[in-house]
Amino acid sequence: MIHYFSIRSCKAALAVIALSLGITACNDQPNRDVAITDHDFQAQLIEQLIDAQPGDVIDIPEGVFSFDRSLSLTVNGVTLRGQGMDRTILSFQNQIAGAEGLIVTASDFTLENLAIEDTIGDGLKVNEGENIVIRGVRVEWTAGPRTENGAYGIYPVQTSNVLIEDSIAIGASDAGIYVGQSRNVIVRRNRAERNVAGIEIENTFAADVYDNVATENTGGILVFNMPNLPQRGYQTRVFNNHVFANNTGNFGHEGTPVASIPAGSGIVINSNDDVEIFDNDISDNRTANIIISSLHSANYAGYAAQDNFDPYPEGIFIHGNMFSGGGDNPDGLDLQALKLVTVGPLGSLPDVLWDGYFDPDKLVDGQMPAPLKICLDNGEAGLINVDGPNDYASPAITTDQHQCHLERLPLVALSFDH
Amino acid sequence: MRTWILSSLAFLLAACGVSAPSKSPVYIPEGNPPLLSDWGMMTSDGQSLTLSEGVEPYDLNTPLFTDYAHKQRTIWMPAGVQARFRENAPLDFPVGTVITKTFYYPRGQGANVVLELDRVDGWQPNGLDLENIRLMETRILVHRQTGWLALPYVWNEDQTEARLARAGDVQRLTMMDASGDELSFAYVVPNSNQCAGCHATNNTTRDIQPIGPAARHLNRDYDFPSGTMNQLENLISRRYLDTWPGADITPAASNYLDPESDLDRRARDYLDINCAHCHNSVGAADTSGLLLEHDALTGANLGLCKLPIAAGSGTGGHRYDIVPGDPDQSIFIYRMNSTSPDIMMPELGRSLVHQEGVALIREWIASLDGNCE
Repeated sequence: MIHYFSIRSCKAALAVIALSLGITACNDQPNRDVAITDHDFQAQLIEQLIDAQPGDVIDIPEGVFSFDRSLSLTVNGVTLRGQGMDRTILSFQNQIAGAEGLIVTASDFTLENLAIEDTIGDGLKVNEGENIVIRGVRVEWTAGPRTENGAYGIYPVQTSNVLIEDSIAIGASDAGIYVGQSRNVIVRRNRAERNVAGIEIENTFAADVYDNVATENTGGILVFNMPNLPQRGYQTRVFNNHVFANNTGNFGHEGTPVASIPAGSGIVINSNDDVEIFDNDISDNRTANIIISSLHSANYAGYAAQDNFDPYPEGIFIHGNMFSGGGDNPDGLDLQALKLVTVGPLGSLPDVLWDGYFDPDKLVDGQMPAPLKICLDNGEAGLINVDGPNDYASPAITTDQHQCHLERLPLVALSFDH
Repeated sequence: MRTWILSSLAFLLAACGVSAPSKSPVYIPEGNPPLLSDWGMMTSDGQSLTLSEGVEPYDLNTPLFTDYAHKQRTIWMPAGVQARFRENAPLDFPVGTVITKTFYYPRGQGANVVLELDRVDGWQPNGLDLENIRLMETRILVHRQTGWLALPYVWNEDQTEARLARAGDVQRLTMMDASGDELSFAYVVPNSNQCAGCHATNNTTRDIQPIGPAARHLNRDYDFPSGTMNQLENLISRRYLDTWPGADITPAASNYLDPESDLDRRARDYLDINCAHCHNSVGAADTSGLLLEHDALTGANLGLCKLPIAAGSGTGGHRYDIVPGDPDQSIFIYRMNSTSPDIMMPELGRSLVHQEGVALIREWIASLDGNCE
């Protein structure tokens, strides 16, 4: 049995990074020197957050401020604002308690113009709430990609009406920007680099992801569904993004869903439905520029998910993207072998790689009904079905079977976004 | 002999007007009182801590683990109000209720504190003899018109007063265990917002409420000054509770350390009090799909063969929350065994591993049938 999403060890991942980037030694230390930072500001900011009233703007001055435990906000209607993502820096390098840098359990929240660095766990987490704006925020692990880095950079979960813009996420050992179990989401003009997953939309309904740059991640932009959660995800548009050279070896924690992402994945759809990928510039992702897969491929072949979980990606429409490079050096021996068999040693895999899983119960006269199809209308771009259901016995380029159109998805509008 | 000297000394000090005036318990309807003594729930002269009249102590059948700290818990209500009984939720406490929880350790020789699982030398039915006890903090949970408010107070070195520390606190401690080994750890006093992190058990309404004083946790005996009595019966006799169905009919959580109790019950009750304030169907950790209330249905949502969602480093390389029969392959054990903030569960409230808790959950997982493949 081939698991084409192989799980790597940290060491192997680092070796891959070193090889692919020509790095010879690992930079193991955070780059930020916090010896001369302000350690006394912590108590003041914690009290400001406790005392905050709806409508308050908490201004954080320019400077580097060191924290040894989490910050938390529980009051609706608060804005937390720094003087710029390179001027106001909250460093958690000395953190000894708390699973994130800043945890927000409140609505009508805005965070802007500051940086959160080197948290032990997640950088910013917003757990439940509506009207959430993250703008001009940098979350970074300053030692670069390390398995010991925190999982998520910017992490709203169970939120609605969410805008994440002009922000940067670097070094997350899971996803740089991770939107989970949310509704009505816009992620735009951000930069995600050197994370395992650059931007991940998971179990989320109605998300627009556009004008972002995702590079040097293991996987650039992910649209996932996971089982056993209160909300399933569908209806995501990924467009006008620049997704290139996401070839960093997977440094995720074994056992996490993203640990199964092969290095060199541009855009990955896993078990999600109604996803439209268009007008992106996708290039040089060495495994494949786009991967469409099922939970079955994420190394969970034997997993008995909840009965009503639908692991099949359906209603996928890919059009108008500009592809170049990529598919030339897929991650892992299994995928290398598959490439050899299908396109030869000098060839490249097609731009779209599909694991081949579909729900046979949904076929009508042997055909998948239109709204559930995987459709490609993207010029010369091809699709390979790697035949996962038959242990990858007969991978084949089946572009012709997927030349079709689906209805366009509606855009996401946020009332506060003009 | 010592007691006689101490009480004589206390008498002399009191006669000379040296000791702090003892206050009566008071409900403070607004503001953030800077001193614990402002509430009048207890007084301490540094030698002994004494609960004020009407401040009723209680224990829980199975408590939350907090770095092996011992806890003295109390309930007080103003005259004329009482709580209403609820079977499957915390008692419905009226506005004016003040609940306290005082965290303390046995003092060690050399080492700051001592790891002790049993009742501490110095424990008293209505207070503490402080000679061998180090007070850490007292948390107040007050029910105001605007809802419950949590306020943490940190004790001074003389153990005569605790000051409000809304921003929380970190104290470096060394603990000596039974074999003489020393464990260094950071004792973390949560800030007011972090209090809400656990006590807002519904992450949608975000209303803060007590967790411990629910019928099933309170339904047990306590050695009151007047004798041993069921804690709920005591609340009735103090007119703090309107009614209850009686000890035999009221549900009772097990004592997780009681080998006579059913293993499954003990494990589920341990997970309930340690995890379910977040891991419930409306809690902060419903994002994970892992639900650990004592009555949550058995299945994937209890962790059985369940994939982690956003565990990050918390997986420890393991694929499932619980692998029946295989604790070493279960994320539960990995996270309970860790003290790294990004890995450990619970996320807040401990810097040490609860060895006895890990042993219990290990035994429980080992006893489960089935496999995940």
